[in-house]
Amino acid sequence: MITYSNKIKEIAKRLLKECRAEMVIGFRKGSIPMMNEPCFVRTDEQADDLVWDSHCGINLANYLTSRDEKIAIVAKGCDSRNIVNHIVENKINREQLYIIGVPCQGMVDKRKILAQTEGEVLQITETENGQITVKSANGEKTFSKSDVIQQNCSVCIQPNPVLYDEMVADPVQGQTDIDQFADVRALEAMSTEEKRAYFDELLAPCIRCYACRNACPLCYCPTCFVDESKPQWLGKSQDIMDIKTFHFLRAYHCAGRCTDCGACERACPVGINMRILTKKLNKDCLDLYDWQAGMSIDKRPALDVYQTNDPEKFIK
Amino acid sequence: MKNLLELMGVEPDRIHFSWISSAESTKFVQVVNEIAEKVKALGPNRHFVKQEAKVA
Ligand code: SF4
Ligand code: SF4
Repeated sequence: MITYSNKIKEIAKRLLKECRAEMVIGFRKGSIPMMNEPCFVRTDEQADDLVWDSHCGINLANYLTSRDEKIAIVAKGCDSRNIVNHIVENKINREQLYIIGVPCQGMVDKRKILAQTEGEVLQITETENGQITVKSANGEKTFSKSDVIQQNCSVCIQPNPVLYDEMVADPVQGQTDIDQFADVRALEAMSTEEKRAYFDELLAPCIRCYACRNACPLCYCPTCFVDESKPQWLGKSQDIMDIKTFHFLRAYHCAGRCTDCGACERACPVGINMRILTKKLNKDCLDLYDWQAGMSIDKRPALDVYQTNDPEKFIK
Repeated sequence: MKNLLELMGVEPDRIHFSWISSAESTKFVQVVNEIAEKVKALGPNRHFVKQEAKVA
């Protein structure tokens, strides 16, 4: 990880010096452990703040929307797929970008660590061979990284960037024969009543803070439908129906675009797995249209094209 | 759309899609009757309804 960080710093400095980029978007250490924050580097000194470790789960593509300067951006697999989305959706030009590709080994889920640690987490270190050591107020504990990784990373199919100008290291071995959609299938198999109960329970703690929406690179509308008041599309209360409608519509706006980067779930202060909704749509897109979002800048999104063989069984 | 609604717990028979030309009056009647029948069988939708605001 240190080698990644050093390489990123080096590339960032070079790009700024050569004026290939006016700004480098990457990560720096946050004020508390496991909370790296995005940073926007414009000078040589700032470039020294750049880091890479297992806490870079925020999706940086979110910061590219409608920018007009030349930007270099650090991108892991899912970030790069969202960058592709942004290019396809005309939110940024390919020519403006210099993509620093990072082969990703998965991001740590801080909730998993916190659940298994007593006392405040003071420091966290990791080794190249996947051991994570957590120092807390009550002592020290070592985890194997694979046990505390984010759920979406454990079923990730594209850890290497799909689009990049330079890689910081050799590509990592991607996972094959994993079952991406086991959780969706389990839910599909439930009865209507059970499904309803599942979502009632899942979404009840939602406080409508919209952190999930804000963290998602797909949600770039200047005014989101949930914020409109004239007309008001959606009740602003915490009535379970309003919550459900918000989540249903949010997911639907991501149909055929979501890369399952996990930024939404990661951002949620109450730990709701709202990704199950977008995953269902991802699964349908794959089954019905053989489509996975953000894999190539030359392909039009599933919901953007018509083909004579599009499935139409649902139409009478 | 239908798939996700179903996943969230709306009964499949509540949602119908059809393509009917303005010249196809018989098909229109047929489809409407069919939908009415199916929805009647399910009864009123009591789940996806927002209750009156609770006043503390
Ligand atoms: S909906 Fe969530 S998982 Fe999908 S692209 Fe947006 S932030 Fe990532
Ligand atoms: S981040 Fe969590 S609490 Fe906030 S609106 Fe999204 S699901 Fe609800």
